[in-house]
Amino acid sequence: MNIHEYQAKEILKNYGVPIQEGIPVSTATEASEAAKAMKGRGINAWVVKAQIHAGGRGKGTIYHHKERNEVLLHGGVKFTTDLDKLKEYAEKMLGNVLVTHQTGDAGKTIKKVLVAEGLDIEKEYYVGVVLDRVHSQYVIMASTEGGVEIEKVAAEHPEKILKEYVNPSIGFRPYQATRLALALGLEGDIQKNFVKFAVALYNAFVGTDASLFEINPLVITKDKRVVALDAKINLDDNALDRHPALAALRDKDEEDPLEVEASKYNLNYVKLDGNVGCMVNGAGLAMATMDIIKLAGATPANFLDVGGGANPETVENGFKLILSDPNVKAILINIFGGIVRCDRIATGVVQAAKNVKIRVPLIVRLQGTNAIEAKEILRHSGIPMKVADDLADAAQLVVESIKK
Amino acid sequence: MSVLVDRKTRLVVQGITGKEGTFHTSQMTAYGRYVVAGVTPGKGGLKYKGNEKDKLKYEVPIYNSVADAVKLSRANTSVIFVPPAFAADAIIEAAEAGIKTIICITEGIPTSDMVRAYNYIKDKDVHLVGPNCPGVISPGKCKVGIMPAFIHRPGRVGVISRSGTLTYEAVGQLSALKIGQSTCIGIGGDPVIGTRFVDAFKLFADDRDTDGIVMIGEIGGTAEEEAAAWVKKNYKKPVVAFIAGQTAPPGRRMGHAGAIISGGKGTAEEKMKALKAAGITVVKSPADIGITMAEVLGIKVKTKKAAAKKIEKNADKKAVKKGKKTLKKEKKKDKPKHKKKDKKKHKKK
Repeated sequence: MNIHEYQAKEILKNYGVPIQEGIPVSTATEASEAAKAMKGRGINAWVVKAQIHAGGRGKGTIYHHKERNEVLLHGGVKFTTDLDKLKEYAEKMLGNVLVTHQTGDAGKTIKKVLVAEGLDIEKEYYVGVVLDRVHSQYVIMASTEGGVEIEKVAAEHPEKILKEYVNPSIGFRPYQATRLALALGLEGDIQKNFVKFAVALYNAFVGTDASLFEINPLVITKDKRVVALDAKINLDDNALDRHPALAALRDKDEEDPLEVEASKYNLNYVKLDGNVGCMVNGAGLAMATMDIIKLAGATPANFLDVGGGANPETVENGFKLILSDPNVKAILINIFGGIVRCDRIATGVVQAAKNVKIRVPLIVRLQGTNAIEAKEILRHSGIPMKVADDLADAAQLVVESIKK
Repeated sequence: MSVLVDRKTRLVVQGITGKEGTFHTSQMTAYGRYVVAGVTPGKGGLKYKGNEKDKLKYEVPIYNSVADAVKLSRANTSVIFVPPAFAADAIIEAAEAGIKTIICITEGIPTSDMVRAYNYIKDKDVHLVGPNCPGVISPGKCKVGIMPAFIHRPGRVGVISRSGTLTYEAVGQLSALKIGQSTCIGIGGDPVIGTRFVDAFKLFADDRDTDGIVMIGEIGGTAEEEAAAWVKKNYKKPVVAFIAGQTAPPGRRMGHAGAIISGGKGTAEEKMKALKAAGITVVKSPADIGITMAEVLGIKVKTKKAAAKKIEKNADKKAVKKGKKTLKKEKKKDKPKHKKKDKKKHKKK
């Protein structure tokens, strides 16, 4: 699960990680008040930061929420020392749409901005915590190349990314943090502050069962502090049960509405931009089904795994999801019955077809446990559909039905 | 021969009295007499026969701990059906008790739990398979997991896969072409798993009765690339590979916790390229797995189309037979004995 920058910073603060202070607000008036309150604490420069889940905010463009051709602002992160300017930035951001290289053309509506303190920055770095799948251990990564995309650094200058692996039984040790600090060229108080920062950061990572931490940039200020200027946190969905407070940070507005709907029914759905809807049992087979649709010359509209416990209700909800995507021109159901019995799926399809109007060609391929009975059920149902015999055949039928 | 599970397997089922545990134990007891114990803390001393819905083929003694199951029933292999929050603990308990092969079916274990469990057992003499996997089957000998037994047939091709139903699809294709399997290992779809492709290849490399391997990978991580490098140097028998997720978008998790292209890494394209460079036969279409294995093994199948027809026919036949039988008989059919009968019938035709 992704969370917003302001939420991530709140978590880090609770674990003693020094952050750029800020106040999240939902209106321009609140933004002014927040800035004034900060002024009272001696802060005279501010950064207004659009809060959306996607990266690349600083280089993004803000468009009017109705007049989508009207550019309101270049950049979703704005520095100012002027309170009027600050209010204007907040006004232009809130309620409007930010498009970055990660959001796609549709962009994301900005519901909150973070009014943050402007810091006197000496130098920018990168620090991240992530699972290394080769070693099956968490790894702390650090780089002098802060503020740029770390993937780019990894591709072009892998030697500039320093790594420390963590033995989970003893945790991330201060000497490892010191080793990173030395390699980054940090000295004196800054080095000590970095070690404290990195150890606290790892504790926050473990304490929240996170799957990714990215502090990009981490900054050294002119007064030798080590501070998280930005913070990206991904939490492990499988661990949210034991962190109800973190689970509550979910912002459904940031997710695709169809995917939110799917999660209600425990369906694994990912929206794609093709025109063949597919419903499959099992994640691997679902991906393979998408692949064969593409090979046959069409494009998948979604990934949908109805799981091992598929029943008539799941199938009906799956249908509703697929059909609520206006791009869908045909539906392919591909079930390999193992534990799931094909006849049950067939019954589900028939039942669902009575409740949901299926306005596009339907192709069904059922194989495995009770496949013959399933085909009989489908043939006698009177629902117009094509029954495919195998994977390749199914993909072919789909493509033909779209071309018509 | 076969790997990981065989006629010497003495299985303890951790979480045997749960809904999933009971159902799949009933299926496994129908496959053979290798289920020797179950563990449910607090129910030790009970002889388990199943619940109202699912009956076990024979009684299985329940213990409070895996250690008791090892001591009193000489269990050497465990299968884990306990809920995700307790599964990593179950793995560690099994390893501590001296179990040598641990197969964890549970899906949804927090990654941090698995990191701890993995690093704890990695230096021990233990094979962990999974988690989030369908299990391991050596057709005709032993089935430890949740895969439907009837699609398999004994033979000489090994299968290694990160997926569940896609494995069934591949096995279905092989069996329809009368290509049997020595052992099928579902290694699991999580980012942290006990047995990776390389480990599974190493097991098969020592098995004289495996003539070739079907490898089913998917997007995410670099386990396929690691395996490719190892195969290139060390494995001389034919390998056919398919990578799922050629059309998956970057940055999105495709069902499996481990199936994600992150930071531009872990794409199907990269993996296919690495596998090809290692001399592995890579199929683009998931429909071609069986037929391609037949080709590389030199098994004659008339044409692709004929083969496809055959797949359909055989699958239908099996399904018909299965459908007509009562539930009781259905379970019997999963037994190796009946498998042989099936074979005879095929021969007659």
